[in-house]
Amino acid sequence: MSRYAYYPGCSLETMAATYHVSSMEVAHKLGIELEEMEDWNCCGATAYSHVDELLATVLCARNLAIAEKQGLDIVAPCNACFKNLRTTNLAIQRDADLAEHMNYALEADDLHYGGGVKVNHIMDVFVADPVLETIRRKANDRIRGLRVAPYYGCQIVRPRRPGVEPRDIDDPGYFEDLLVAAGAEPVPYPYKLRCCGAALMVTNRRAAAQMVRDLLQSAVDSGAEIIATACPLCQTNLECYQADVNRLCGTDFAMPIVYFTQLLGLALGVGVKRLGLGKELVSAKAALAGRDRTTPAK
Amino acid sequence: MVTTSARKPSFREEVENLLHAEEGASLVRCIQCATCSAVCPAVEFMDHTPRQLIGLINAGMKDEVMSSNTFWTCASCYACTEKCPEGIRPADVMYALTRYSLWNDTFNRDWVAPDFTRRFTRTILRTGKSYEPGYAPAFIFEGGFGGIVSEMQMGLKLLAKGRLPLIPARIERVRNLRAMIARVLPLDGIE
Repeated sequence: MSRYAYYPGCSLETMAATYHVSSMEVAHKLGIELEEMEDWNCCGATAYSHVDELLATVLCARNLAIAEKQGLDIVAPCNACFKNLRTTNLAIQRDADLAEHMNYALEADDLHYGGGVKVNHIMDVFVADPVLETIRRKANDRIRGLRVAPYYGCQIVRPRRPGVEPRDIDDPGYFEDLLVAAGAEPVPYPYKLRCCGAALMVTNRRAAAQMVRDLLQSAVDSGAEIIATACPLCQTNLECYQADVNRLCGTDFAMPIVYFTQLLGLALGVGVKRLGLGKELVSAKAALAGRDRTTPAK
Repeated sequence: MVTTSARKPSFREEVENLLHAEEGASLVRCIQCATCSAVCPAVEFMDHTPRQLIGLINAGMKDEVMSSNTFWTCASCYACTEKCPEGIRPADVMYALTRYSLWNDTFNRDWVAPDFTRRFTRTILRTGKSYEPGYAPAFIFEGGFGGIVSEMQMGLKLLAKGRLPLIPARIERVRNLRAMIARVLPLDGIE
């Protein structure tokens, strides 16, 4: 049984609670233990980097130190948390002066970071070698043939440091592999790595609305019935603001947006309610109904 | 040999100094190929394209750069950073410019983004965690009447679905977190 230090991130306690519960259910089904980190703090999102680089670094350093104290590698479900923790980790590991500075700060919370933690996105854990095979073996017919647009988002693959990660970041395929293992049919989605607008939805609504419109249109054109995301910010922008996008852009989208863990959960036999399905503002019920062999659609 | 120089750093050097832990190539390497502008999904909402902005920095045109909305319109998607053939990291340069504009107080008061950043920063200094509804005042009036109505409708729907928290979360050791941050930056500069 594999264990990880689980870093939920702020959104998973609020807007993205369904990502949290579905991640937990899927991990449980696969024999993966996610042990929530003790007293973790916000990763700083983009705001802390807007103010100061060391300020952004110190926030993530505290989380890395807490995981090291737990003796476990980190799993983060949010793309932005993942990117912040990961890039901070690499910066501390390669820069002894920075590590010393961070450890001086960490003393104020009786912590120390020695650089021994690895940061994973939660999808990394599910596509790792034996786990992907387990999913393929255990998957039922619940989402068989469902046409899913695999929306990676940005920070799950970018920025990459040359030589650090061998993975293809121009055209990755591991999300598609995961969906296939679960029985779904990923559609070729040209905008799978394009930005959802992130915080621009707050600070520059027109820009973000247009970016989301392009993503939704690309999914429609690809023949997708549903978009699967791996990030709470992507989910919120594509789903909660879909009505606003329709208002501002004169469009008429009704595209359901779910977390990939919700689809995995269905394929592994977890009930709809336990996965938080039904809490979306654009209902996924119709898209998921045709294949419902365990719970009748109401 | 140690050389001392009284020369004032150029604007480009000032910007590059705000990227101390980053690995990007110097902006002097820019060949103005515009790959960054071509892959930027927000470029049409920027006063200057990323290519133009880097050109202006290299030319020392500080006032023009600092009054541009370009760096506050970057969504941090890093598409430019992956594609730059010279190894410049334009997304990190945008961060350097937001830092410069916040610390030197040069940002346009009509922009929502600097206000949002300050609210976000203060929230985490107080509680250790982010709280989405707390940022609403930063932008709620930006969308006009239709925007307010639409925002309220969405809020009510989220509330009905149990997705909107009424009480902000808080970490246990906020005091220690603040003490840690104070060892990196003066707190009164960011509060």
